[in-house]
Amino acid sequence: MNGYTGKIIRVDLTNKIIKIEKLNMDYAKNYIGGRGLGSKYLCEEIDPQIDALSPENKLIFMTGPVTGTNATCAGRFNVVAKAPLTGTIGAGNTGGYFGPELKFAGYDGIIFEGKANNPVYLHINDDLVELKDAKHIWGKNVFETTDILLNENEEDAKVACIGPAGEKLVLFAAVMNDKDRAAGRSGLGAVMGSKNLKAVIVKGSNGIGVANALQFNKAVAEAREKVTANGVTGTGGGLATYGTEVLVNILNEMHALPTNNWQTSRFEDADKISGEYLTENYLIRNKACYACPIGCGRTIKIPDGKYKGVVAGPEYEAGWSYGASCGINDLNEINKANHVCNMLGLDPVTMGATIACAMELYEKGYITKEDLDGGELKFGDANSIMKLTEQTGNREGFGDKLALGSYRLADMYGHPELSMTVKKQEMPAYDGRAIQGMGLSYATSNRGGCHVRGYVTSTEVLGIPMKTDPLSTEGKAALVKLFQDLTALVDSSDICLFTTFAIGLPEVSGMLRGTTGFEYSDEEMLLVGERIWNLEKLFNLQAGLTREDDLLPPRLLNEPVTSGPSKGKVTELEVMLDEYYQLRGWDKEGVPTDEKLAELSLSNKGLAEAF
Amino acid sequence: MEVEVRLFASFRVGRFKYKRLTFNDEAKIIDILDSLKIKKEELGLVLVNGIYSDTDAFVKDNDVLAIFPPVAGG
Repeated sequence: MNGYTGKIIRVDLTNKIIKIEKLNMDYAKNYIGGRGLGSKYLCEEIDPQIDALSPENKLIFMTGPVTGTNATCAGRFNVVAKAPLTGTIGAGNTGGYFGPELKFAGYDGIIFEGKANNPVYLHINDDLVELKDAKHIWGKNVFETTDILLNENEEDAKVACIGPAGEKLVLFAAVMNDKDRAAGRSGLGAVMGSKNLKAVIVKGSNGIGVANALQFNKAVAEAREKVTANGVTGTGGGLATYGTEVLVNILNEMHALPTNNWQTSRFEDADKISGEYLTENYLIRNKACYACPIGCGRTIKIPDGKYKGVVAGPEYEAGWSYGASCGINDLNEINKANHVCNMLGLDPVTMGATIACAMELYEKGYITKEDLDGGELKFGDANSIMKLTEQTGNREGFGDKLALGSYRLADMYGHPELSMTVKKQEMPAYDGRAIQGMGLSYATSNRGGCHVRGYVTSTEVLGIPMKTDPLSTEGKAALVKLFQDLTALVDSSDICLFTTFAIGLPEVSGMLRGTTGFEYSDEEMLLVGERIWNLEKLFNLQAGLTREDDLLPPRLLNEPVTSGPSKGKVTELEVMLDEYYQLRGWDKEGVPTDEKLAELSLSNKGLAEAF
Repeated sequence: MEVEVRLFASFRVGRFKYKRLTFNDEAKIIDILDSLKIKKEELGLVLVNGIYSDTDAFVKDNDVLAIFPPVAGG
């Protein structure tokens, strides 16, 4: 055994044919697993120019070799498809327990193709793999769906599913698993909905072997020691105690917390939406994914209203999108709206940011009261966010327009410049004018506005692993490239990215070598990450994207920060982008050169036709 | 001189959130940390007027210090 089960489930939804096929080990050697391996299958099997919501798109669930082992934070898997929100390659990385269970059942991944003529779900119990009728759960929310499926199948199985938002093709619908974990961004849930696929339930009873147990155990022990001893990730550390929302005050103190749809960079009431405030007023306990010693997840109480109860709390980006981004200081209402996102299967980052964009469109007079059925939509108004989220997930009223995301919404009202998006996906909670490297990271992210493709905030703000100046562009192109390549590797091993606050390339590579038996040096492991990044880039180029899409919203390029240490700054994108392309071995238009492709053993087949 | 000290996360426990404190004119950040009984090894980062700062830097009248233990997110 080498971490892989060696088997993939292929489900032809159109003809309801299920095949078990051998994992392509050539792909695995070159793309490892998870995001990389899923992307390789996708690139080989679909035309990048297809409509993301057509039956020609494929939806791929892919684990990594480390998923389900006892490696540190090995609970993740990726969902990969062409993404409807962005038109780019889409890959969502999610935790919980579903990914390991799929491995225990004996499968590295599932490839869904075509479209079922009626709602179905996939039921897996080791060798039993069957499509079942899902008419009775179509229309149910994520929690109801999960409970019904567990009740009528193995009660200790794991469920991934969509909510009404995915069924109704909301362009930022998420694929949810274990109720409140999400492959959240870019609309992968809408791809699942477009295929009439409501859910996957899996139960497994097998173990996972590794290639070199001695090497693996040593590498895991070293990584675990570093993770548990670290001030951020360790027992009683910052992430366990306060969750990810602890970032609110840091970014706010730096004047780098985008506020009122990025019109300013400091939110007066930041402390009221912070991790400290959440911990003090709403936290019941923290929550961990499979094999995770960190436990950054929040279990919180909603003390009032129709969702009164114990639910999952928001992550930093979700708390920001409904909070500072909308000028809202009522954390209880933010918690409720975030919970509605989990119930209906929505990406809360895009949801909150789209409401913020709508607020600016309303305050500037472009959206009228008539558009809102006589209501108002002002920054700071907490009363509207839960209702608008419900309307969006169900595509009712004004929510039907919000369901398109902020770019299409703002464009509909004649002002696309007010959408704070890259490649039509909303940027999250770090101002790229105050943190220059993040500006470049957003612009070059292969899935559009996103913080976890190259989280250079770690060095520019937090000083992990070393401090860099957030206001300087010097060295940022190299830093962004390094973070992007390393992250692609981590996302493909399917270890949680948060471990990298404590461990780096040597530890990740060590665990991968022990698991897979691939005798790659650390540098060769990083080259795998670079190969994955370039593969994703080739997909996007073939889908028709150009340098013009590696762009930030005009606000970041033309409207300077109004206060704090970055006052007067815009993102100096052009200079960083030229240097970045050069370092990547891409030409001026962002197209990988033949030399670079040869170095990475990649082919640009199809690229010539795209131009 | 007077300095505004803002404490975050676990540094608030048993201390305070925001306070204006008086120090002598030669005070460095490390002196302020000492007075708050925050050990250097417990420190994540200090922002002075929003800018990351080393602990041996001098502090000026009316500076705003934001002091954090090791935290991260994303």
